[in-house]
Amino acid sequence: MPGFSNSFLVMVDKEISDHVKSWKFIIVVALILLTTFGSLYSILNIIRENAALINKGDNFLFLKLFTATDGNLPNFMTLISFLGPILGIALGFDLVNSERNRGTISRILAQPIPRDYFITSKFTAAVIVILLLVFSVGFLVMGMGLLSIGLPPTLGEFLRICIFLFLSTIYIAFWLSLGILFSIIFEQAATSALASLAIWLFFTVFYSMIVNIVAQSLSKNPFQINHLTVILSRLSPNYLYDELTTILLTPSIRTLGGLSFQQLQGAIPSALSLDQSLLLVWPHFTALIAASLICFAVAYLLFMRREVRA
Amino acid sequence: MAETIISTDNLVKEYGELKAVNQLNLAIKKGEVYGLLGPNGAGKTTTILMLLGLTEPTSGTAQIKGFDATRDSIAIKRFTGYLPDQVGFYSQRTGRENLVYTAGLNGISAVEAAKKAVEVVELVGLTNVIDNKVKTYSKGMRQRLGLADVLIKEPEIIILDEPTIGIDPTGINEFLTLIRGLSKEQGITIMLSSHLLNQVQKICDRVGIFVKGSLLAEGSIEELAAELLAQKEIDLSVKVKDLSDQVIKKISALDEVIKVEKQENLLDEIYQYYFTGGEIDARL
Repeated sequence: MPGFSNSFLVMVDKEISDHVKSWKFIIVVALILLTTFGSLYSILNIIRENAALINKGDNFLFLKLFTATDGNLPNFMTLISFLGPILGIALGFDLVNSERNRGTISRILAQPIPRDYFITSKFTAAVIVILLLVFSVGFLVMGMGLLSIGLPPTLGEFLRICIFLFLSTIYIAFWLSLGILFSIIFEQAATSALASLAIWLFFTVFYSMIVNIVAQSLSKNPFQINHLTVILSRLSPNYLYDELTTILLTPSIRTLGGLSFQQLQGAIPSALSLDQSLLLVWPHFTALIAASLICFAVAYLLFMRREVRA
Repeated sequence: MAETIISTDNLVKEYGELKAVNQLNLAIKKGEVYGLLGPNGAGKTTTILMLLGLTEPTSGTAQIKGFDATRDSIAIKRFTGYLPDQVGFYSQRTGRENLVYTAGLNGISAVEAAKKAVEVVELVGLTNVIDNKVKTYSKGMRQRLGLADVLIKEPEIIILDEPTIGIDPTGINEFLTLIRGLSKEQGITIMLSSHLLNQVQKICDRVGIFVKGSLLAEGSIEELAAELLAQKEIDLSVKVKDLSDQVIKKISALDEVIKVEKQENLLDEIYQYYFTGGEIDARL
């Protein structure tokens, strides 16, 4: 029925304009732009001065725009992995409970729309906003790099960057879903924001420590400890994302784990092609998408089972 | 006899141990104004939510125009307007934007919606403030905007949950007159819930008295009064020329008279009678 899909678009449209006009969004975007330009400026300086040195060995100078760092400011890749979750949480943490507190939810659900439109439209709108933002910032970085170093990206580099930006969107969507989930569970927006940030902090700061302790207590063999640490670390979306983007944007990295001498024997030290890099991180790729979807699915189910009246 | 448009059949809603609605059988006829009267916590809002399919009944069914409220709730919501008791709007947006959004959710095109928004706003008397942000609106204005929000989809049935809560007495009268007018002029069926008998009796054709999840009595105010009085002694009000102690003495002297007292509100008495057991929280 045409009326249905129309009302979905109306809702998505309204949610997008709500996001774009909200102060929290403007603040996070300002933060992202400011740090991006700061890091870009320092990287461009490095590249301009020692292009030959940096580019030694491989031909991926353009990707250095996203991965190189002068030690003071983090590179774009690190920035997104750090600020991305904050963006996702900022967009998601009050989506449902604010409507509940303002009493708009019962009025909206009394309109002839399926109940899940309420949550799916919010998710869709926020993902669209994130997608647009990530791609605009990414392309902005590319454009400025192009202007200032004058070296165009190869098709491979361009595709790598596009896939990286797409993955960043999914990674941020994970934190968005988490924010939405907490906005359903907790009545107060502040509680849900704090809960989301606590999870984010846990994964960025404490998780690696805990993993180290657990791995060391489980085994004494250094190879095994290493193995265990990697496996446990990959349960964290941050770690997954970091590994994923590193492989994607640094084609010279050939493997995620250690290689034995036998494996190294006869290997030609060259960069991986795009499909080989993708093959290497495919499990990460699917795991990240799965994590985002599962998180949203839980939020969806919880919302559908909630009483309209709290 | 007009056809029944809203009906419930042994409707039950339990929240754990608590029976919010207990074996409710309602039949509301097309075009009438029906008042659901009961103290807070009697299950009025729960009943309304079940009628709109926003809450699932534990057992029993609710139907509007032959559509099952649980299965066909979208169909029902297309011709039923609902004004919640704590109606909320997007306060950063103007009244007009809020109305156009609701119209959009009902599949009305933007051009059409803009036109209708002006019409309904005029009807509820908010034309002057239509382009102000809703956060600047008073409680009464919000309530009227809520009515406009319900009217923009051109409903056949309007369900109002405690529509007069938080409005001042003059505002209440205007609001109720407006609702009554809608029913009589446009033939819209109206169901409203309230805990204030004074208001309900002003505009309702029929009233159902609802306490602790069950319907205690139903009928017009006159019928309810008759039912109540049949079980007790009859109270008469007497018009006298000059009220003096002597007149009262004379009347008291009659054998049939049990008691003479100054006239209390008859409605108050009905209220007290039916609500024994239920708390009475506020009165106008």
